[in-house]
Amino acid sequence: MSAAQLSTFSVADHQFGVEVTVVQEVIRHQPMTRVPLAPAALAGLINLRGQVITAVDLRRRLGFPDRAADELAMDVIVRTRDGLVSLLVDRIGDVVEVGEEAFEEPPESLQGTIRELIRGAYKLDHALLLSLDVQGAVDLPPAGGSGTSGAGPR
Amino acid sequence: MEDLDEIIAEFLVESHENLDQLDSDLVALEQDPTSRQLLGAIFRTIHTIKGTTGFLEFGRLEALTHAGEGLLSKLRDGELRLTPEVTGALLTMIDAIRELLSAIEATGQEGVADHSELIATLTRLQQGGAGAPAGRERPPSAAPPAPPVGEVIVEHGAATGDDVRLAVTAQDVGDPRPIGEILVGQGSTTPGEVSLALEVQAERRSVADGSIRVDVDRLDSLMRLMGELVLTRNHSVAHAAATGDATLVRGAARLNLITTELQEVVLRMRMQPIDTVWNKLPRVVRDLGAACGKSVRLEMEGRETELDKTILEAVKDPLTHLVRNAVDHGIEPPQARLAAGKGEQGLLLLRAFHEDGQVNLQVRDDGGGIDPAVVAAKALERGLVSAEELTRMNERELVNLIFLPGFSTAATVTNVSGRGVGMDVVKSNLERIGGAIDVGSVVGAGTTFHVRIPLTLAIIPALTVLCAGDRYAIPTINLAQLIRLEGGKGQAGIERISGTPVYRLRGKLLPLVYLDRELGVAAPDHEERDTVLIVVLQAEDRRFGLVVDGVLDTQEIVVKPLGSQLEHVPVYAGATILGDGSVALILDVLALAQRAHLAGTGREQVRAAPGDADDDRPPTGPALLVASADRDRQVAIPLERVIRLEEIPAGSVEHVGSRELVQYGEEILPLVRLAGDLGAAGRSDGDALTVVVCSAGGHAVGLVVDAIVDIVEGGLPGRGVPGSAGLLGTAVVQQRITELVDVEQAVREADPQFFDPPAVPARGVP
Repeated sequence: MSAAQLSTFSVADHQFGVEVTVVQEVIRHQPMTRVPLAPAALAGLINLRGQVITAVDLRRRLGFPDRAADELAMDVIVRTRDGLVSLLVDRIGDVVEVGEEAFEEPPESLQGTIRELIRGAYKLDHALLLSLDVQGAVDLPPAGGSGTSGAGPR
Repeated sequence: MEDLDEIIAEFLVESHENLDQLDSDLVALEQDPTSRQLLGAIFRTIHTIKGTTGFLEFGRLEALTHAGEGLLSKLRDGELRLTPEVTGALLTMIDAIRELLSAIEATGQEGVADHSELIATLTRLQQGGAGAPAGRERPPSAAPPAPPVGEVIVEHGAATGDDVRLAVTAQDVGDPRPIGEILVGQGSTTPGEVSLALEVQAERRSVADGSIRVDVDRLDSLMRLMGELVLTRNHSVAHAAATGDATLVRGAARLNLITTELQEVVLRMRMQPIDTVWNKLPRVVRDLGAACGKSVRLEMEGRETELDKTILEAVKDPLTHLVRNAVDHGIEPPQARLAAGKGEQGLLLLRAFHEDGQVNLQVRDDGGGIDPAVVAAKALERGLVSAEELTRMNERELVNLIFLPGFSTAATVTNVSGRGVGMDVVKSNLERIGGAIDVGSVVGAGTTFHVRIPLTLAIIPALTVLCAGDRYAIPTINLAQLIRLEGGKGQAGIERISGTPVYRLRGKLLPLVYLDRELGVAAPDHEERDTVLIVVLQAEDRRFGLVVDGVLDTQEIVVKPLGSQLEHVPVYAGATILGDGSVALILDVLALAQRAHLAGTGREQVRAAPGDADDDRPPTGPALLVASADRDRQVAIPLERVIRLEEIPAGSVEHVGSRELVQYGEEILPLVRLAGDLGAAGRSDGDALTVVVCSAGGHAVGLVVDAIVDIVEGGLPGRGVPGSAGLLGTAVVQQRITELVDVEQAVREADPQFFDPPAVPARGVP
């Protein structure tokens, strides 16, 4: 069976992995500009060498509690359909090679947003590695409360 | 074979461009049939095409251009005079050449089109002159590209080809000297010969086109790299300052300077003159005029006005449409014109100019104009407006109804003197690139379409404001004025209508929108603040005041797109990167107004009342910053000189000799007390100084005033005041005598040495 290479990181004590090829780079925490009225999971905008990039906080996106104020997130810059997006994670792990035989669909009992955003789990020796659906994670549902504002000028 | 394909591709591109130029030249020639310069240019173009086609063995093209060239040479030498028939034949020839070129482009072959009749006509017209034998060979006068200097030197016999090859080899292996120097070093030639050769080369280059073709993709990637360089520069400059290493700081300062210059150059590389679009219009006007039986004179002003390539492409079609409409429907047939007491020939005037950081384009005709009553009736008939709405509109608004979608279809063309055909499309095309169009018309006297478009989509001037600790950029295109209400007056000046805050601006009610509340980031103490800053914004026909926490500065910002995650949040038009590397959101003023409008209760749409001079056409004079100085004096500073407004703690002012200086970012800003310099006593030092940072002779200088009063648009009638140095004159602004400040002079009064060059003028690029 073919083996896949995954970049791993941790969010709220869970290990996640994404294909190595979608990760452009990993950088330490960047100063961020907040975006009022934006969906809660949108942490802000960062400046990546002159490009403005949206940062998505995976804790909020996956429904975990916010990280403590003194803990700085890391930025995992991933390539998506609409360009680069930064995923805010707690810690960066190694690149691991996983085989298809270790893969399993998410358990039926798993509920909530996290179920929609993981494709399944790789059973590693010491832990479970959750395979993150990157595109799903960066497609944010519109913020509630602002009404249907899709009629705005394009 | 590949090489040949490349040559053909190049030939096609070049020829198409040349033909576009020919169209304009020929029409211009009709106006001025004896212009040797025009004739020379036309002849050269055809000659070039002919020469290349011969080389590439395109027989038909060669035969055609050969016949045309013969005719042109007679014209150029004055043996023949230009008649409409000759012009017509030449234009037909250009079309035929285009056809052949297109065939070559598509199939690589010339196709089978038969041009023998045209060739016969061209030949016959040639013989209509002094009867010189047809088609005798002309000496080539087309300019070849400038040859390398080495070749020129060899040509002059100043060195041998072997010497030059030796020198070139030396360069290849790393000799940094120019070829001429190497030759002199080898003893192959003398410095005199080299400089002579350089002159010859320069001369040839000026004859040939001194430009090269660059792929737009490459320019874009250059722009991107430029952005990265700017950020690296910012980083280096900041760190160099922190190390305190003098060499490093000097290096960083130099890097800073060069980067800024480079940035300007790169931005300018994307700019092209409007003429690249206009030069196709003379032909359009001529052909259409001929087809309609009308004689139209086309005049153009401001051909050199530059705008971004992307925008240029986008305005091409709307502009052509406006021009076609003007000829087709705007200008009357000759009989009607004579009957109306006008000249037989209609006038179509195209104007382009920069104003308020925008490009303004006008298409003006002296035709019959648009009848507002007819437009109103048509709009009513089509159910686009109600009768009641019509009664509230002034003439200008009525005429502008032609831009409504569904106003006009082909069937109604003649009913409204043809105007309005596809006007909604023109309008939406222009709006897509951030432009705006309106029309003014006087029945019987003509119509003017006025288009306003941003210089570039990528770079816009914007005002940076503070709100709840964050910075936001507002495009200055939406900015009408700034109001600062101070010291208790702030809250008192704001009234409420059923909870909606309004401010009386020159007798009219201005609805207020609190930015922090709209964005949901309000701090609880906002209501209690003494000082209120209102940014008066204009979006479409809405005018409202945006209350912000601070106004920082106006600067050119580079617009960056936002990710798809934010497409449901309509209040942002994009983001930008500020000088310190942080990201700021750009507010979409129209969306903000709509949002506030929906959220508010009974907030009325602010519509310009008829005769309200305030909301009318953009005023012609420069915008002025009005400030109070020395309590009861009012002064005005040209806004273009103002870099930003600052509040500086009085304690931070340092004294060096008689000068007052303040640390300003990483620079030192000299202060000039405006009050004191205008012959009155400076005000006693409060706890903060209001400083208008201006540019004077390439330096920044801070003018100390009491308070910023307003920004007004419109020129001041300058009246000199004898004995007041530093003043350009006086004028009445808002019912008060206002002194117009001459920034340079005011600075010189305070510090006569200010403009003297610094001791070490280190500049220039190696």
